[in-house]
Amino acid sequence: MSTVSQAAEARVPAVSGGFGSAVRDCLVVARRNLVRMVRIPEVLIFGMIQPVMFVVLFTYVFGGSIQVGGSLSTSAYREFLMAGIFAQTVTFATAGAGAGIAEDMHKGLIDRFRSLPMARGAVLTGRTLADLVQTALTLVVLAGVALLVGWRVHTNAGKVLLGFLLLLLLGYAFSWIGALIGLTVRTPEAATSGGLIWLFPLTFISNAFVDANKMPTFLRHIAEWNPFSTTVQACRELFGNLPPGYRTPDAWPMQHPVLASVLWSLVILVLFRTLAVRKYRKGSA
Amino acid sequence: MPGAIHAEGLVKTFGDVRALDGVDLDVPEGTVLGLLGPNGAGKTTAVRCLTTLLRPDSGHATVAGIDVVKHPNQVRRSIGLSGQFAAVDEYLTGRENLQMVGELYQMKAKAAKARAAELLERFHLADAGDRTAKTYSGGMRRRLDLAAALVVSPPVMFMDEPTTGLDPRNRQELWDVIQELVAGGTTLLLTTQYLEEADHLAHDICVVDHGRVIARGTADELKARTGGERVEVVVHDRAHLASGAEILAAFGKGGQVTTEQHTRRLTVPVTGGAKLLAEVIRELDARGIEIDDIGLRRPTLDDVFLSLTGHRAEEEKKDEAGPEAEDSPKDTKETSK
Ligand SMILES: Nc1ncnc2c1ncn2[C@@H]1O[C@H](COP(=O)(O)OP(=O)(O)OP(=O)(O)O)[C@@H](O)[C@H]1O
Ligand SMILES: [Mg+2]
Repeated sequence: MSTVSQAAEARVPAVSGGFGSAVRDCLVVARRNLVRMVRIPEVLIFGMIQPVMFVVLFTYVFGGSIQVGGSLSTSAYREFLMAGIFAQTVTFATAGAGAGIAEDMHKGLIDRFRSLPMARGAVLTGRTLADLVQTALTLVVLAGVALLVGWRVHTNAGKVLLGFLLLLLLGYAFSWIGALIGLTVRTPEAATSGGLIWLFPLTFISNAFVDANKMPTFLRHIAEWNPFSTTVQACRELFGNLPPGYRTPDAWPMQHPVLASVLWSLVILVLFRTLAVRKYRKGSA
Repeated sequence: MPGAIHAEGLVKTFGDVRALDGVDLDVPEGTVLGLLGPNGAGKTTAVRCLTTLLRPDSGHATVAGIDVVKHPNQVRRSIGLSGQFAAVDEYLTGRENLQMVGELYQMKAKAAKARAAELLERFHLADAGDRTAKTYSGGMRRRLDLAAALVVSPPVMFMDEPTTGLDPRNRQELWDVIQELVAGGTTLLLTTQYLEEADHLAHDICVVDHGRVIARGTADELKARTGGERVEVVVHDRAHLASGAEILAAFGKGGQVTTEQHTRRLTVPVTGGAKLLAEVIRELDARGIEIDDIGLRRPTLDDVFLSLTGHRAEEEKKDEAGPEAEDSPKDTKETSK
């Protein structure tokens, strides 16, 4: 046995494990996924069209008919709405990560990666990091469109930046849910729909598009504790987008939305990262 | 001392299917083992267990002396794998694919780049190296995948049907590459459906069927068990089948002459090669039996199966495949082969 393993050491570079090489593995995989993103720009472009459409539709179609706080004005709703659409957009990273990983499974690439001496979670981390870049690009475009249709912030740059960081953290956490879905289903198509269907109830039973204060009690409680709502609420506060006459609900996450948003995102991130990495390591066994 | 690849009693089940049903293998360092078997025999499953992609239900296996279940990551540092279906990223170029694999083996970026260029050259992909793999033909993808398995010249290699889908020239060249590797001390486990390939490359052959090793030995040993060479004659006139069979029986080494009515084909096991063939032709001519075709046939995988199991591999699959099995992609492939 010793002759064989010596031969192994002579040829395979001797670095083994270690934090440095784990980070490098993640970056190699992330770069691969970013190269793919550049070569298949349709994915990025279609990913942007939907939220842009939402901004335009909600602003002009529902704008005058949805009352938020004490105000029925179009501009109050427009400002109220944007944080909701931003948050919804970042959660779409779930479908991207899921479809990407399901496709890699399907094409046998995951097998190739799993036969290499890589860090445990590198394939998934690399993928989710690439999705984070995509999410950030989408947010930039979306914020630009929002400014065009009249969205404004009324606070300082630091708070606005913090708001966007919370959005990215939420998106990153959700992409791990996608990773788990991608490893579980058999086809990229299933991963896409599996990554999206549950997002609709999640984002609609929240404060994203309407003032949760006006919901029936039962739904209102769900909406107030919904992880998604906390980020939306945090962004509205940080952007100064709460409408005049708005009464902040008494629920703890609504009273401390920034902290609640960070906590929720971290819980989702840690939980789903653990599950996904475990599933990846077990493979199809 | 166990070999570079060693397995004892490997069992892997998928639902009701016992894909591996107690497989023992031993591949001494620096040798080639050919795993030979029909579709669904369990070849890929064996490779996946040995390369840490699947966890066996029971049994024990070591690669390069390292337990595959207990220390999978250490095993991965010592192996190269080329799976049955090319695993390349279609949106990366050939060069980028190889470079990525090199970097994931912890090579420095520069070294990975140099190695990628070297491998592209060696596998005749240099011209296509900067095109995305999406534009590659099936054979080119196959070669790229094999190149990826060789990035670090690992001491133990696994190749699952490496030449399926390659044209004769590329098959020959791959055989050359494999022989070069083995000459350099690499241990190789390769699966194939062609006895000819195993014959050419492997020191030892294991014939698997239904997840079990049903025979093992060198190519010559297996052929001897199969009855070695046969003479096949196609007579022009069906009426001559009986008299032709009589003549062949005299040349056969005691084996039975088989007669296929509809193809007018007579077959008999022989020893004696080309010289004997000439005698058979002369004798048939002297008796006025006109022939359409005659030849010396070497044993095929089918013959090995025929002698080992008493029935042909293909027929056996047809008997056993339920309606469920017929829907699976594995079986679709099987009928087209
Ligand atoms: N992931 C899986 N789930 C269910 N059944 C499986 C799975 N993988 C393999 N099998 C079954 O196990 C058996 C052995 O399959 P395996 O792929 O190892 O055969 P093989 O010898 O490689 O065949 P081929 O020549 O077609 O590649 C088959 O009956 C197959 O249907
Ligand atoms: Mg196979």
